[in-house]
Amino acid sequence: MKVFEEALTGEEISGPPSKSDYLMDRSFRGIAMVCAWFIIGVVGLLLWEIGYKAIPAIREYHLGFLTGTTWDVNKQVFGILPEIWGTLYSSFLALAIGGFFGVSMAIFLTQDFLPARLALVFRTIVDLLAAIPSVVYGFWGIFIVVPFIRPVADWLNAEFGWIPFFSTTLSGPGMLPASLVLAIMILPTIAAVSQDALRQVPYRIKEAAFGLGATRWEAILKVILPTASAGIFGALVLGFGRALGETMALAMLVGNSNQLSLSLFSPGNTLAALLALNFPEAGEREIPILMYAALVLLLITLAVNMIGTAIMSLSSRQMRSGK
Amino acid sequence: MKANVNEQGNVKVKPDTQAKVVIDCKLDKVYYGDFLAVRDSHVPIKKGQITGFIGPSGCGKSTVLRSLNRMNDLVQGFRFEGNVHFHGQDVYGSTVDPVVVRRYIGMVFQQPNPFAMSIFDNVAFGLRLNRFKGDVEESVEKALKKAALWDEVKDKLKASGLSLSGGQQQRLCIARAIATEPTVVLMDEPCSALDPIATRRIEELMVELKEKFTIALVTHNMQQATRVADKTAFFSVDISAGGRTGYLVELGDTRQIFEDPQQQLTKEYIRGEFS
Repeated sequence: MKVFEEALTGEEISGPPSKSDYLMDRSFRGIAMVCAWFIIGVVGLLLWEIGYKAIPAIREYHLGFLTGTTWDVNKQVFGILPEIWGTLYSSFLALAIGGFFGVSMAIFLTQDFLPARLALVFRTIVDLLAAIPSVVYGFWGIFIVVPFIRPVADWLNAEFGWIPFFSTTLSGPGMLPASLVLAIMILPTIAAVSQDALRQVPYRIKEAAFGLGATRWEAILKVILPTASAGIFGALVLGFGRALGETMALAMLVGNSNQLSLSLFSPGNTLAALLALNFPEAGEREIPILMYAALVLLLITLAVNMIGTAIMSLSSRQMRSGK
Repeated sequence: MKANVNEQGNVKVKPDTQAKVVIDCKLDKVYYGDFLAVRDSHVPIKKGQITGFIGPSGCGKSTVLRSLNRMNDLVQGFRFEGNVHFHGQDVYGSTVDPVVVRRYIGMVFQQPNPFAMSIFDNVAFGLRLNRFKGDVEESVEKALKKAALWDEVKDKLKASGLSLSGGQQQRLCIARAIATEPTVVLMDEPCSALDPIATRRIEELMVELKEKFTIALVTHNMQQATRVADKTAFFSVDISAGGRTGYLVELGDTRQIFEDPQQQLTKEYIRGEFS
């Protein structure tokens, strides 16, 4: 199509984009679309595949599967309430511990407490935690963490046994060692994403706080953290998501026992550990049941991420709008 | 050489018997690392007046302003030689905590920088910081009224400060700065990010505020200085020593600076020969 033809002399430097320019434009758009749909497709396929294979179990056990507390292959009784509880409990504990240390570390590394070079060394070490294989964490938990916390656990149980959290003794593996190791595993994620959020707080906001005579801690706690809160919340959601799905270290540390207990020292089980330990020996009858459990884990993870995203976008919309 | 200029080319300020000096800034040298940013600038800020700082880019006017409440201490490598007397004490004295200085000398910045919290909480921030015992709501209302923002926000005090327009945000920042009733308010090009109408409002506001607060104002806009400032300090850049060092060229009543400048450099700048 010719545009402005009548006004042109033919000696202009400017001209319309060429055919190949348009082609590049269109093909780039196409590739981006394909990639985006591919990801959605993979997630959809995953859900469908797992859901489809779980159908026989869903028909047989219905929602009672979610509230049952027994897992007995011989009697063909299956319930995953202790696993759901264990997954959420261990993840929340890990989030509380890992979140506190991760965010503190992010503050420490971004708010000029350290010379830039030393901060980089610290950051690299924290990032390295993410590269340690899960199974190594598991061994470390068994041989270091459990013996280390046992005296403390025994003392707490003896003195404060009436508090539900300390109501059992630590027999070895259990919720607390599992959660502690899990906390360390999710710490690099939380620290890294929180650091990004804190670094994005504009300098002029800090300046405003200092200009009003805030001390460094007042500026951090009352201005910088609230300003970065959406990003830090995102970091916590991401960390929680990781904790929900973590398998190997938990399978080694959580005790794999179908118990429903508030006690930090009692052994328990998680969905991911249940799946990992039962799949190798699962017969044709058990596969759909495990698929059902996998579907539940997947849905919990999806729900956590979606709720997290919703809260974040809601709070950032509130921030801009007048409400 | 004119009578009011001494041998180093520095200006001696004629004693002004009418107004008391609130901040007496005797800046000898300011360094950022090895870089000599400003030298020899003696600027007394007088009570109940607006002192305007004008000059070309890089002349150190902002640096001088930010030296008054030790905001520059946040910049790495900053070094101040000289002294700044405020209430009979040197704010650079070894026992003085910069945080305390900033609680008594308020500041408004170039870009509006409200916190990501409600309008009310923005204004109440300084009050809470100082553990204000009185009626916070009343003080917030008073500050917003003084900042000429009350009528626009009184029905939405819970709304985020970021939901306001640029000019409103800057008035919110002024309200935040004056809520704790500091003696002096420093304003670092407070209108540079605003449109002409919003600028006008802020200028009117400054003139109203000087009844109660002493104001030091950095502006890149000469007309603004003629409109609001009682005293004007003209700074320029000295490139003779190879660096770019700012210094005070001339300080006087605004009318005198603009109508009868004593220095050749001031004359040229006022005529718009460089900027």
